[in-house]
Amino acid sequence: MSDFFSSGWSVFIAVATVVSLLACLALLVFASRRTQMADDNSTGHVFDGDLVEMNNPMPMWWVVLFVATVIFALVYVYAFPALGSVSGSLGWTSRGELKADQAVAAKDMAQVYAAYSSVPADTLSQDPKAMAIGQRLFINNCATCHGSDARGSKGFPNLTDNDWLHGGSPEKIEETITLGRTGVMPPMAAAVGSATDVHDVANYVLSLSKSPHDSIAASAGKAKFAVCAACHGGDGKGNAAIGAPNLTDGVWLHGWGEAAITAIVNNGKTNVMPAQGGRLSPEQIHVLASYVWGLSQPRRTAAR
Amino acid sequence: MAVTRRVVPIAVAATETVSLYASEEKIQPRTVHGWFASWRWTLVWLTQLVFYGLPWLQWNGRPALLFDLGARRFYIFAMVLHPQDVIYLAGLLIISAFGLFLFTAVAGRLWCGFACPQTVYTEIFMWVERRFEGDRQARIKLDLAPWSPRKLVRRGGKQVVWLAIGLWTGFTFVAYFTPARALVAEVLAFSLGPWETFWLLFYGLATYGNAGYLREQVCKYMCPYARFQSAMFDRDTLIVSYDPQRGEPRGSRARRVDPASIGKGDCIDCTLCVQVCPTGIDIREGLQYECIGCAACIDVCNGVMDKMEYPRGLIRFATQNAMSQRWSTRVMWQRIARPRVLVYGAILLAISSTFVWSLATRSPFKADVVRDRGALARMVEDGRVENVYRLQLMNATEQPQRLRVEVEGLPGATVHAWSDVDLAATESRWVPVAVQIPPQEASTLRPGAHPFAFRIRRVDAGADGHAAELHEKSTFIVPR
Repeated sequence: MSDFFSSGWSVFIAVATVVSLLACLALLVFASRRTQMADDNSTGHVFDGDLVEMNNPMPMWWVVLFVATVIFALVYVYAFPALGSVSGSLGWTSRGELKADQAVAAKDMAQVYAAYSSVPADTLSQDPKAMAIGQRLFINNCATCHGSDARGSKGFPNLTDNDWLHGGSPEKIEETITLGRTGVMPPMAAAVGSATDVHDVANYVLSLSKSPHDSIAASAGKAKFAVCAACHGGDGKGNAAIGAPNLTDGVWLHGWGEAAITAIVNNGKTNVMPAQGGRLSPEQIHVLASYVWGLSQPRRTAAR
Repeated sequence: MAVTRRVVPIAVAATETVSLYASEEKIQPRTVHGWFASWRWTLVWLTQLVFYGLPWLQWNGRPALLFDLGARRFYIFAMVLHPQDVIYLAGLLIISAFGLFLFTAVAGRLWCGFACPQTVYTEIFMWVERRFEGDRQARIKLDLAPWSPRKLVRRGGKQVVWLAIGLWTGFTFVAYFTPARALVAEVLAFSLGPWETFWLLFYGLATYGNAGYLREQVCKYMCPYARFQSAMFDRDTLIVSYDPQRGEPRGSRARRVDPASIGKGDCIDCTLCVQVCPTGIDIREGLQYECIGCAACIDVCNGVMDKMEYPRGLIRFATQNAMSQRWSTRVMWQRIARPRVLVYGAILLAISSTFVWSLATRSPFKADVVRDRGALARMVEDGRVENVYRLQLMNATEQPQRLRVEVEGLPGATVHAWSDVDLAATESRWVPVAVQIPPQEASTLRPGAHPFAFRIRRVDAGADGHAAELHEKSTFIVPR
């Protein structure tokens, strides 16, 4: 194993460690004796006329402690990976310690989650303790995009409004968390027609949710909406099976108003929810999904 | 100071090679009685009654003093401290430091000689030693004596009591972190946790080793305070001083002889001051770094002076200036109240009173505001601008509290969908809070950060009868 440019560094570290250890002992021995003036216990050094350097010996227990630390170091060097790439007699590695710690944590966690894994989401979302776990999972894993209060932001769906792109049942939410989602809106400018057509369609889309719009343009755009209806449905209510959003409910994931809609129609949008299945266990995802599902239910239980 | 110095000959040919390490000679201090010794014993009793007694004191059905590291709550009588209150620990340490500066500037190593745990436990362990082995002479004789049943019993008895005191001290130390009554049960059932076992044994054996064996070695070689206190002395600091002008030339004499008539000073060279010294120095050689200011030599010398019918105070607390310039006690004390002491005193008083005032007017709950890490700002329904915060709400009492959060300092700003938070006793909880500004008001604000404050108040007046209120500053971001 060469951690640096060559394994020579490993040898260098090993030699430096051993030499330093032995040098400490050698220094102790060499410095332990010195010439002293016989009759007055001084070293014969006089400073500033009257400041005499006396021989004031270190206590023996101090020396014993010093030697003990060197012996401890030698034992440590033998048992642990202290000499460059030498692995030490105990075979200890930081990676192995992490694995062992993780195994212990996984065992402890399994006990906690065992009580929840077979409980359905609507029951679980009434359990304050489970919801506290769910909230912590959410804060640590989801809040980065969806916000601490789960109300999302532009491009990141609000999870509390009971408006679901891919279905809002607890099972669907679990699926979304485990496998992730990719929402694709292709650029439709060419299919819709001219810039005026896009303007008309955008106003028609706004009219679906009774948002402020130009009603003449909207009625002109109604026919052009046919190309959108393939995914969003004739009535614009969307299609959860392919993640096509409902355009009639006044929830605007990528911005509110005509300009935002025009931009999406012209340029399209690919929006990704990354898969969490590799990072969280199925039991954790079950609790987390119950928490997320519970956020949009009328009867909310405060997490404690 | 006019101490006679030995003249050191510089050109000496005779040299020998010696070891720079040597076993320290064992010091066997003689028992001492007197005014200062009584003070030391008073402080031993006071400090140890507090140390050993506090963990057993109950308060509202819990230990009066409990540092619950697992739950991160510190209970001190009626107070509950959260880790966020660490400022009080800093305050306490600063007060202790200035206390040390003040006392040291006035009277040297008072702390070392009278209140330091090293001194206090050494005093207790030496008392046990005296009970089993007798006073200085008897102990020196016992050290030299060959092993016999008598020696074994005396030494063994001492060891048993020493270990018992040490372990009891370790137990008491751990009882500040685990309730004492629960700890007793754990000890009896051999079910101590690994850390409890470690600290009980570590603290217990450290007490045994430091007070039984290392004693003055701790002060001489380990303690940093010992060394930097010496740096805080000046010539107007009260130190344990031998009066050489009065004492020298020293020498023995008959009791009724006037020392002046035989050309001698008041010191009869009985060496009792050396025999009682816990660090084994001769105070007559002047101020030495080993001196812990315990004043044992003052006590014993005063006894000798009484017997000789000389005035007391051949060894006394005096400043170097007072000693060399023969000042009266009044002049000496006037010089002790020097600017340095007054400044230390003023700072100590200011910090202490601030500390007490701050504790007395402490809010019954605490709050921390953290902006949400996820989003800076967002547009929500009807073009409202919304920012999200996480509030950590902490109950600093042992009664439940209901808290309400409002916003001030921003036009039209409201807290979205707020429901009052019920905090259980001593609970600490993170609560997400969304603050909204209506579109009309938002359009009057320039894009960027706007300072405002959360007003957090207790909805129902607590046990103390008044509704508390906190203001926590934060910023609201209006997007472009």
